[in-house]
Amino acid sequence: MEEFIHSKFNYWIYVLLMMIGLWGMIAKNNLIKKLIGMSIFQTAIILFYVSIAVKEKEANIPILPHHGHDYSPLAAAAHAGHGDGDGGHKDDNGHNASPEGHGDHGDHGHAGAHDPKVPVPNEFANPLPHVLMLTAIVVGVATLGLALAISQKIFKHYGTLEEDELLKKVRADDYV
Amino acid sequence: MEVTIQHIASLKPLFVFLAPLAGLLGIVLLRKHPNAREGATFVAAISQCAVVYSMLPDVLAGNYPGHIFWEILPGVNIQLRVDPMGMVFAMVASTLWILTTLYAIGYMRGAHEHAQTRFFAFFAISITATMGVAFAANLFTMYLFYEMLSLATFPLVTHHQDKEARGGGRTYLTYLLGTSVGFALPAIIYIYWKTGGTVDFMSTEVLNWHIGKTEGGFLLLLLVFGFAKGGLMPFHSWLPGAMVAPTPVSALLHAVAVVKVGVFCILRVYTGVFDQELLHSLDTGLIVTYVAAFTVLVSSLIALSQDNLKRRLAFSTIGQLGYITVGASLLASGAIKGIDAPQAMIGSILHIAMHACGKITLFFCAGAIYVGAHKKYISELDGIGRRMPFTMTAFMIGAFSVIGLPPTGGVISKWFLIQGALEAKYTFVMAILLVSSFLNIIYLLPIAIRAFFIPQNEGAFHGRASEAPWQCVVPLCITALMSVLLFFFSGPLLELATDATQFLKPR
Amino acid sequence: MSEHSPVLLMVCPVFAAVFCVLFGMRNKAVCLPLVLLGLGGSLYFAVDVFYQVQASSSKAISYYLAGWNGTDFPRGVGIEYRVDLLNSLVLMLIPAVGLLAALFSREFVPRETPGKEPQYYTLFLLLLTGLMGMTVTGDAFNLYVLLEVSSLTGYALIAMGSPRAAVSAFQYVILGTIGATFYLLGVGYLYIKTGSLNMSGIHHAIVAHGLMESPAIYVAFILIFAGIWVKLAFFPVFNWLPNAYSQAPTSTGCVVAPLMTKVSVYIMVRVMITLFGADYVYGSLDWSGPIVWVSVIAILSGSVLAFAQKDLRRMLTYLIVAEVGYMVGGAWLLVPGGMARGELLSQTATGMVGTTYHIISDAAMTLCLFMAAGAMIRKAGSSRISSMYGLFSKSPVTMVCFVVGALSMIGVPPTCGFFSKWYLVSGAFAAGRWEFAIALLISSLMNAVLFFRVIEHAFFMNPDDKGEENIAPAFSENPSSMLVPLVLAAASLFAIGLFNKEIAGYLEQFLFYAQFGSYG
Repeated sequence: MEEFIHSKFNYWIYVLLMMIGLWGMIAKNNLIKKLIGMSIFQTAIILFYVSIAVKEKEANIPILPHHGHDYSPLAAAAHAGHGDGDGGHKDDNGHNASPEGHGDHGDHGHAGAHDPKVPVPNEFANPLPHVLMLTAIVVGVATLGLALAISQKIFKHYGTLEEDELLKKVRADDYV
Repeated sequence: MEVTIQHIASLKPLFVFLAPLAGLLGIVLLRKHPNAREGATFVAAISQCAVVYSMLPDVLAGNYPGHIFWEILPGVNIQLRVDPMGMVFAMVASTLWILTTLYAIGYMRGAHEHAQTRFFAFFAISITATMGVAFAANLFTMYLFYEMLSLATFPLVTHHQDKEARGGGRTYLTYLLGTSVGFALPAIIYIYWKTGGTVDFMSTEVLNWHIGKTEGGFLLLLLVFGFAKGGLMPFHSWLPGAMVAPTPVSALLHAVAVVKVGVFCILRVYTGVFDQELLHSLDTGLIVTYVAAFTVLVSSLIALSQDNLKRRLAFSTIGQLGYITVGASLLASGAIKGIDAPQAMIGSILHIAMHACGKITLFFCAGAIYVGAHKKYISELDGIGRRMPFTMTAFMIGAFSVIGLPPTGGVISKWFLIQGALEAKYTFVMAILLVSSFLNIIYLLPIAIRAFFIPQNEGAFHGRASEAPWQCVVPLCITALMSVLLFFFSGPLLELATDATQFLKPR
Repeated sequence: MSEHSPVLLMVCPVFAAVFCVLFGMRNKAVCLPLVLLGLGGSLYFAVDVFYQVQASSSKAISYYLAGWNGTDFPRGVGIEYRVDLLNSLVLMLIPAVGLLAALFSREFVPRETPGKEPQYYTLFLLLLTGLMGMTVTGDAFNLYVLLEVSSLTGYALIAMGSPRAAVSAFQYVILGTIGATFYLLGVGYLYIKTGSLNMSGIHHAIVAHGLMESPAIYVAFILIFAGIWVKLAFFPVFNWLPNAYSQAPTSTGCVVAPLMTKVSVYIMVRVMITLFGADYVYGSLDWSGPIVWVSVIAILSGSVLAFAQKDLRRMLTYLIVAEVGYMVGGAWLLVPGGMARGELLSQTATGMVGTTYHIISDAAMTLCLFMAAGAMIRKAGSSRISSMYGLFSKSPVTMVCFVVGALSMIGVPPTCGFFSKWYLVSGAFAAGRWEFAIALLISSLMNAVLFFRVIEHAFFMNPDDKGEENIAPAFSENPSSMLVPLVLAAASLFAIGLFNKEIAGYLEQFLFYAQFGSYG
């Protein structure tokens, strides 16, 4: 049991964060608190995606030197781009990336037979989820900005950011 | 009598269909000049009527002119075809349109109605839709024009735009759209899906043994009650409600076009949609007969209690429509199997024409009485015969025709219907038809008799009751005359009706 | 004509938006022409793409952004734009609706958002760009980004209305973000299992690696579908839609109401057919039963709630909820076991043609009705239905267009709404789902009563059923900048209806190629 939690702790945290965020968005009365919940919710997804990129054996980000190899990131990318016959997707993702523990273990056999000038893909974290998350962060910031602007407009007119008071005033407007 | 059927491509049906629309254009363009506007209606009506009659020899010879507009769904065309049954209906409707136009001019001007351009414009659209139903070659086209008619008549029914009209119009559309969308449309889609895309009335692929007995029986009920313009109880209330319309509308649309479209569709369902073999096997055929017979009887009884003249006529119409539906429903009787030309169906088709002439006369008279004497209620009509002799004489003749007394056309169709009931071995139907005819006498004839033989009440008419304008009186005399003439010259109609029955043979 | 058309159709409005900001700030008059130019360009390229798709042998064209190697297929992480028979139609629809809505907006934007025309039109263009991008893209993550582009601009456009609209927009932001994030999460799971972000790549990997029964794929499907569910405003998460759409500025309503939910339906179809694949959705999953029932509830509740509304635009928004029920239910009609017997997809998923046809026809009729409603409210001075009396005499052209839209909504032939119902109901018959057919018919009848109530108010003169005076209000029709798009939209309802056979033919072909085209 401990092992079960320990080995996937980042996924547990992502689920926890997501639930906290979701609860904040739905249950909180204050609009700003809802937005805080929204940010937590989105951050949870970022944690999830970044966790996907993690690999075993201390894989590092591609721009840092690793195990003393000399390499160029471009060459690494070219190597990573090659499909290797049997289910090429498995290597990229690493096995502990699967939350259900669904055994998708790739073979790491070819790690020994490579050109020393070219880095082993498994020694580097998968860059793609990071790239995706850069976009998602931008989207998140834009959403937050927009939502704050809207709350500002609401506050200017209704003088409150508490949802229940707001709805009361809105309904009062409707009956006029 | 064996006729070899040929389908000929012709623009004539198209012309018949488009003539009212061309008239509509004229009506709208000439809206500032009432005389020219009415002239446009006349040109359209007369040319349409002429073209309809020009197709008569062809149809009698077995050459059916047709025109295909557009393939709208895979295998389904919007298509017109002139066959004997449609021809009967088209002749009646187009002839009476001319007379109604003349009458409407007198009525609308005499009663100082507003929005006359709109009135004539929607009248023309309604006639287009009626012709579309008469000549529809398949179920889809028929449904299309059926709906078009429901919608185009709404502004006519609610012409007065007051509270009463609002209520009447609401009932009108609720019943008509509710039944057609709720019952007829699913049945049509089901048939289309089940037959693999065929809904043509003359196709050999229409419903036959592909379809189960239960399904077939259910479809029959959906279609018969779906075309609620036929006035079958319990979906009849729209008709009395629609009597808020100006009388020319009630006359043409609710004695001829709209209600006859309803029964015409029911006839089509019996003859064009169901295979006769299948029809005989259905259990629900008898239900329709019972409901229609019930409608005939009950509506006659209700008519007895109505004091408003137009409402009494409306309930009389419901009863007479019941006759036509009864006639059609007898086709499902097993006893009729193998009979070459079922008399019930001939009677039904003839009754469309005969009842139309008789009932439109009665409505014209009701309107003329309103224009001439401002009377709506039967109890106020004592002695009016002396002041409006032409109108009340015509009323008498119209009543004779609706009742079925010689020498009027109504006799012939009722004769065939009763013969048909005997042929189908449904004695109770015959009994009901006879009882109902007796009731017709009780609720129609006293009006005319009291008008002539009971002296008028003191000060009932304030001295200003006289005949309506000539535009009103002339058409009603002509239709009364037609009712009589149809008794003596029913030959072509009878021939067309007999021709129509040959599609009943197993295909 | 140009191989770059799939991307050019998005570039046009983006550049127009940029110019709108640059020049519109100085001179507000250039905004609308820029919008028309940008959308006109989009429409031109969309038509071009349509013909290219017709001409290609596989009835689909791919465009690999930045020229990445598209043949490196299962690993595909580059962005692919893929246009087939379905989205080529939707791609023409979006700029066409946008053009009409933009023309129509001329009267409203300076009045409802005074002084903010450049901002308004910039957002307007970006919204349409986002929607077109969602339609054209073949990449699951790219879809998320473009979904957010269209959502963010949509929130902003709605919030630009009254303060009341801002409150609704805020609720919409919260729910929309939840939906989009769920989608993103689902894509993450798919990426873990398949290593691809390309839609057909993902499907290929699911088939190739035998992942049909994988719980991770199942979870991914649930997450993605939950996300789309919110965006669809499908029962029971539809409450945000009536609030947001009915309080939005008039011209926003005219573009958001016809397109947002319809593009979401398109996304649902795309996810079902291309991303997970019909073999997965109709074969492994057994969701058809409950979802059709939920859509029955959606249809009925949308119609019933529409009854309770006294406000014209609000009534129309509840009808959108019902129409979404039509489309979702139609997409899930299924002949049991048809996939396993290897039957044609169009004969297994019998409602799919109806659903996809309804995407087009519902967009057209919602556009027509929202524009007509805007024009009617402008004339009546209030959005309450009871204030609409006498409008037939005042502005007959507007009212005739409204009636045409209403007839289509009710389903009177030969308008397109009738044929949507025709295909959907016959699909329900074929699948043996009577409850769905009955719900459609009941909803037709309820629509008839609903619209009839409005038409009746407009046809009769006196508001309170009293008094004998029937004085027709003086004739004062709306300006032609409103009437032209309105009449065009009304005419399109007939055109889409009369050409339903051709459109349905394309859609059936789409299903055929989706089944056999790529890998068969």
